[in-house]
Amino acid sequence: MSVQPAVSVPERFPRLPDAQPSPRRARLPFSAWHLLLAPVAAIMLVPLVWMVIVSLETRQQATSFPPQLIPSSIHLGNYSAAWNAVPFGQFFVNSLIYSLATVAGNLLFCSLAAYAFARIRFFGREVLFVVLLATLMVPFQVILIPTFLIVKKLGLVDTLGGLIMPNLCSAFGIFMLRQFFRTLPIELEEAARIDGTSRLGILFKIVLPLSLPALATLGIIQFMWSWNDFLWPLIIIDSQKHAPLQLGLSQLQGAHFTQWNLLMAGTVMSQIPMLAVFLLAQRWFIRSVAFTGIK
Amino acid sequence: MSAHSATGIAVHRRPSLLKRLVASDHLAGWVFVAPAVILIAVFAIIPIGWSLLLSLQANNLIAPAHYVGLANYRALTKDAAFRSAIGHTVVYTVIFVPVSVAGALALAVALNRKIRGIRFYRLAVFVPLVTSTVATGIIFLWLLDPTFGLVNYVLHLVGIPQQQFLQDPNQALYCIVAMTVWSWLGFDVIIYLAALQGIPGDLLEASEMDGAGKWSTFRSIVLPLLGPATLFIVVWSTINALQLFDEIYVTTRGGPLESTTVIVYYLYQQAFQFFNGGYGAAIAYVLFVAILIVTLLQLWVGRRRVYYTS
Repeated sequence: MSVQPAVSVPERFPRLPDAQPSPRRARLPFSAWHLLLAPVAAIMLVPLVWMVIVSLETRQQATSFPPQLIPSSIHLGNYSAAWNAVPFGQFFVNSLIYSLATVAGNLLFCSLAAYAFARIRFFGREVLFVVLLATLMVPFQVILIPTFLIVKKLGLVDTLGGLIMPNLCSAFGIFMLRQFFRTLPIELEEAARIDGTSRLGILFKIVLPLSLPALATLGIIQFMWSWNDFLWPLIIIDSQKHAPLQLGLSQLQGAHFTQWNLLMAGTVMSQIPMLAVFLLAQRWFIRSVAFTGIK
Repeated sequence: MSAHSATGIAVHRRPSLLKRLVASDHLAGWVFVAPAVILIAVFAIIPIGWSLLLSLQANNLIAPAHYVGLANYRALTKDAAFRSAIGHTVVYTVIFVPVSVAGALALAVALNRKIRGIRFYRLAVFVPLVTSTVATGIIFLWLLDPTFGLVNYVLHLVGIPQQQFLQDPNQALYCIVAMTVWSWLGFDVIIYLAALQGIPGDLLEASEMDGAGKWSTFRSIVLPLLGPATLFIVVWSTINALQLFDEIYVTTRGGPLESTTVIVYYLYQQAFQFFNGGYGAAIAYVLFVAILIVTLLQLWVGRRRVYYTS
């Protein structure tokens, strides 16, 4: 929020001549910004609203011209049809496992490493940190093929383990948490050290409870990333049994590309969890996104 | 160091090397970073080196590979399909980045005020951000359907003839731009909004008291203060634009007539459909170097142009 000065000067200050409302300028009954924002909001929302509308229409209604903007009858049957056309329930479970496992892995492993980089002086610390950070510069496509080969060597192709393992820890998370840990007052930790608390005890009892905002940010970013991830699942997963939601959705598209009502019902279902998280935790969500841009 | 104390007694009292190591911060530090280091080494650092090695091999990802030197890179210079993939990627990036940055700036300025319904407007702009790339692709395929699509219907209402959109080689790439601007705009707006809200209000008031109009205040105060945010958004969007893949895979699969085959889609085809692993790795390295050069160039220009307050 912008900082307001305690005394609002301009209101009482003698105004310059042009501050007088010109009689020729007609005043709108509402802020002129609505003229820009209303159409933009409409453009942003129409694709999503249209998705919901088509998901409630019959195939005939969906493929009629002019399109039926308001369906004459509502067909919830598309949802059960889409749910049964592909193993949607399985996709949900797989996505949930993928997202939660990578969130948990990142929170744990990044916290441990970030704490050491922030607070423990050990041999090779600076060099190691720079090396880890440098991996952030490399686009995923560069490591895509060898990572596939490594996962293949581990015998984890087409398993949830192979999907999850490469994403358990990120240099981004380490960097972010380290920056945050360094802003915490060190006195608390020193006092605990003198009382004989172990390093691990300090991390879990003092540092992490003070870092909940940073942990939440990392968790939200990672969850959103895993939930919407597509390229890695596409490469590593072959069977429907192990496909996460976005891959499953693209399989539904491949199998039923002419049944748009059914396809839209599937798309709505696949987006509801993320949308619900967003609407419930909008402020946290926006803070998390803004954070990635601030540093 | 106690070992060099004058009496020398301390030397005998020193615990064994092992004990000292266990108690030292060195070991503690390495134990704490070990899981992260192992994971990042196995799934990032080793693959980076391996990828370079792969790019010097003929490798079908199944049979043993053999070394071919720079043959893959030489082949790339003669590969017309790769050249046109670069062309499509450049065209896409050169349109996508300025459009989304300018659009986000205008929107953020509009959204940074207290008018009625502002929460609704913000929500509308942010919601596409949580829509997955696959869902976005499916939704836009239907919106832009030549026969039944909503967009053609709207054009029909204003008297514009039916368009082929994603099925027209001359339009498909621009449709992809529109689609990705829709889905990424919210991200840029959030960052601009955060930056706008960091501008001290008294600075703007001082400017207005000096008689500066709204527009000149914006141009000479707000815009320079948004410099770091703009630089970040430009760099970030460029990197993302050069790596475009998901939306292409879902909507056009590189078509029609290869008109939307971008670099990463070509890489995917080579490595995972034609099983030219070495060739794919070479494409990846070319992309990597290109991204690195473009990013450094942008940061270098940015450093000379962008004004940092702190």
